[in-house]
Amino acid sequence: MKVFVTYLAAFVVWLLLTWSLDPQEVLAGLAVSALATYLTRDLLVELPPSKPFHPKRYLWFLYYIPVFFWHMLRANLDVAYRVLHPEVPIRPGIVKVRTNLKRDISKTMLANSITLTPGTLTVDVVGDFLYVHWINVRTDDPEEQTRIIVRRFERILKEVFE
Amino acid sequence: MSEIGIALISVGLAFDLFGCIGLVRLPDIYNRLQAATKCVTLGTCMILIGVPFYTGLNAIGVKALICAVFILLTSPTGAHALARGSHRSGVPLWEGSVGDKYKEDKEGGVVEEGA
Repeated sequence: MKVFVTYLAAFVVWLLLTWSLDPQEVLAGLAVSALATYLTRDLLVELPPSKPFHPKRYLWFLYYIPVFFWHMLRANLDVAYRVLHPEVPIRPGIVKVRTNLKRDISKTMLANSITLTPGTLTVDVVGDFLYVHWINVRTDDPEEQTRIIVRRFERILKEVFE
Repeated sequence: MSEIGIALISVGLAFDLFGCIGLVRLPDIYNRLQAATKCVTLGTCMILIGVPFYTGLNAIGVKALICAVFILLTSPTGAHALARGSHRSGVPLWEGSVGDKYKEDKEGGVVEEGA
């Protein structure tokens, strides 16, 4: 199953990249996708332990996309404000927050989402803890920090990947 | 349609410019990475999303969209690697920073040094 999903993903990317249904292209694509699948079979796809194709996952993912883009836009306006302000109003520091996500893929997505959203940059992930560089540390309370940084994505990512 | 494309590309360029200004104005590597990752990712993605509006949905436009997805996935990962690498090789935070839990945990042995 895992291998099949990898193969399908590789082949779809090939079709999109060549953007032609010429039999030669498709045939070459089938061969190249097979090679790519063979090389990355253990790396690329890791199916969730239960119900990997449940439609709810995909609906949550569709919900995740606009939420993510909204926060990303806010992040950019925030950075633009800080760098254009004459005094550069920043209060940076590295904080430690805890996540409930267990799987590697969901932690990766969480770390990437944190990096692209307002004022935060993931520096390292150790076990359940994320070390996050925060450009404007608003509070010194770890609970509050976790709430602000992690919670807005954690719930959605839990539904999508776990 | 091409007007939408041009608008997206222009806004994307503006965000790229903010990212570059941030790179110059912010004090240390971590803050600079913040500006560089966020602004440059969104800016470049907007440029790439603007391309198919401009050229139509053909081979060029679709390639640009795929590039946007790849940048969205790889750019934060790259920033993550740079920040982690800098911290582990001892680049200090800016003196105005309010705290460094990562350093405390490295010294306290919670995080294995050089791992």
